[in-house]
Amino acid sequence: MIKINNLHASIDGKEILKGLNLEVKAGEVHAIMGPNGAGKSTLSSVLAGREEYEVTEGSVDFEGIDLLELSTEDRAREGLFLAFQYPIEIPGVSNVNFLRTALNEIREYKGLDPISAKDFMAMVREKSALVELDSKLASRAVNEGFSGGEKKRNEIFQMAMLEPKLAILDETDSGLDIDALRIVANGVNQLKSPANATIIITHYQRLLDYIIPDFVHVLFDGRIVKTGTKELALELEEKGYDWIKDEFSTVG
Amino acid sequence: MNFQQLDEMEIATNVSKISQFVTNFRENNLLIGDRLRDSSKLVLAQNDFPTTRHESWKYTRLTKLSQLSLTTTEKINSPVSVPLKSPHVISIVNGNIVDVPSIPGVNVFRLSECSEKQLELVGKHISIENDVFQALNTLYLKDGLIIEIQENQQINDAIQLIFETQESSIFCPIRIIIVGKKSSKAHFFQHFSGKGTGLTLPVFEYFLEQNAHLKVDKIQMENDESFHIATDQVHQERDSYFKINTITLSGKLVRNNLNILVDGENCETNLNGSFLLHDGQLVDNHTIVDHLKPNCNSNELYKGVLNGKSIGVFNGKVFVRPDAQKINAFQSNANVLLSEDASMNSKPELEIYADDVKCSHGSTTGQMDEEAIFYLRTRGISDKSARALMTQAFIGDVLNQIDSEEVRSYIESKLIEIHGWTI
Repeated sequence: MIKINNLHASIDGKEILKGLNLEVKAGEVHAIMGPNGAGKSTLSSVLAGREEYEVTEGSVDFEGIDLLELSTEDRAREGLFLAFQYPIEIPGVSNVNFLRTALNEIREYKGLDPISAKDFMAMVREKSALVELDSKLASRAVNEGFSGGEKKRNEIFQMAMLEPKLAILDETDSGLDIDALRIVANGVNQLKSPANATIIITHYQRLLDYIIPDFVHVLFDGRIVKTGTKELALELEEKGYDWIKDEFSTVG
Repeated sequence: MNFQQLDEMEIATNVSKISQFVTNFRENNLLIGDRLRDSSKLVLAQNDFPTTRHESWKYTRLTKLSQLSLTTTEKINSPVSVPLKSPHVISIVNGNIVDVPSIPGVNVFRLSECSEKQLELVGKHISIENDVFQALNTLYLKDGLIIEIQENQQINDAIQLIFETQESSIFCPIRIIIVGKKSSKAHFFQHFSGKGTGLTLPVFEYFLEQNAHLKVDKIQMENDESFHIATDQVHQERDSYFKINTITLSGKLVRNNLNILVDGENCETNLNGSFLLHDGQLVDNHTIVDHLKPNCNSNELYKGVLNGKSIGVFNGKVFVRPDAQKINAFQSNANVLLSEDASMNSKPELEIYADDVKCSHGSTTGQMDEEAIFYLRTRGISDKSARALMTQAFIGDVLNQIDSEEVRSYIESKLIEIHGWTI
């Protein structure tokens, strides 16, 4: 699905990713954990194509395509989805109008006809039920006046509508209470298939109680320094990140 | 040289400039009364086109306009295209009234056929002093209309005023007087377009009697060589309702003077505007809401989107006079600059002389929210569509103030046509 090889990226001349390697195959769920400042959000930003970040070295192969050569929208059209840590409020743009535009541009890219209004609305109903999102929220302006939990559910709703091959969930669990966490996790689990893959970026272990990862990676100082199974997440939760820091900090 | 000599010299040069501009125009012989005619002549004799030294023209340069060599024409080349389904169509081509339809519940008179008594309405609430455009309109307009909505009549279909310029370099002054008699109700749709060029100089005067209800949608989409200087002068009596939406989609230089005298208690006044400018355009909205009497509400919302090297001007004044207590007056102007070369000059002004009022005003000018654009793009939406979605959303507040679904979808179709929006 995606193969990240020796990825180096910097912002404002400061190197954040320092040779990151990661391979995710179809059907897998990977969790990336790490302390603040390790480069977790930088990784998701670089993969989504945020222009402030400069890739200085390395490559990202996404289903045989050089991902880094594509514009942000073409990455999405090829099947990459990023659930934002802080979803953006867009006053005046309705959720449904926005999603219909997105869906149809993706379909056009793939050479498909636009979705009919009837099929679209049926899809909205089905997918919003998946994350227990009130159908009224679907017709409101994107994220405007949504609670924190509603915003995160809206991200998963969008993911359900766009049916990506690879979803990156950037700190989707932060700020959620247990109920909202369960709803979000349940949505993600239902969208899982042998044909798609998920990368969960998180600071906390608790989301992984609900979405069981196949692999857990520890990101530290711009590199993946440790890879294990879900037990590694429990160990991190228990011991914190200091032992990682002690073990892997390069003395400057 | 003493000051008097200096004054005389200035007047002398001014006279030649304005008189050059009017060379090809013929003075009308409407029965507007000697006083109005003489004062108009005096204004033109004593003033030049305003320069940016004049406070109300500070950001709007008229040099190119003043250099135009214009003529008037009787020609009516082709029938106008009519945007709305309503059968009530008044078309004005090259400044000439094509026909005057009969509308049940409405009296329509040509100014050229009106008595001096009827023409007392002309310029009744307009201060002509130092205003060359008012004077030009008054002296050189060929004809105009008085449209009177009869007492207690409700006109359900929009009255369409379709203005088209079909010739090059022509001067089109026109004056439309709209009288809403007691407890009448009507919706006017003004539409300015055409392949021709020159200066369109319309003056609208609205008289709302007690409990009258008037809505106006003004669509300006003349071509990018055209100049347009409009005045809408409104007088509201008690219990009346007035709403005007001014949507400017194209034109080289568009100036809208909208002056509303709220001269009765329990009135409601709504003025909304939106302008979408591309390279080389200038749109200047000057509004005045003057609350003379207590217990009234006014709401003003203007939003602009500026691209290329366009210039926008918003100057909104709200007066609340000493005895006008219990006034709620709100004003807001927001603008988005899509390019680094575009500029916006926004000046909201409140002058309040009463002590028991609720008034607010605000003005913001910013850029497109790039975070939001990025967010939309991560969902597969192209950069262009993302910006179109955001722009539509931004001016959506104003378009939503247009009550007629038909007018709204007409404007949306024109946005696609003129600004190339694909959604």
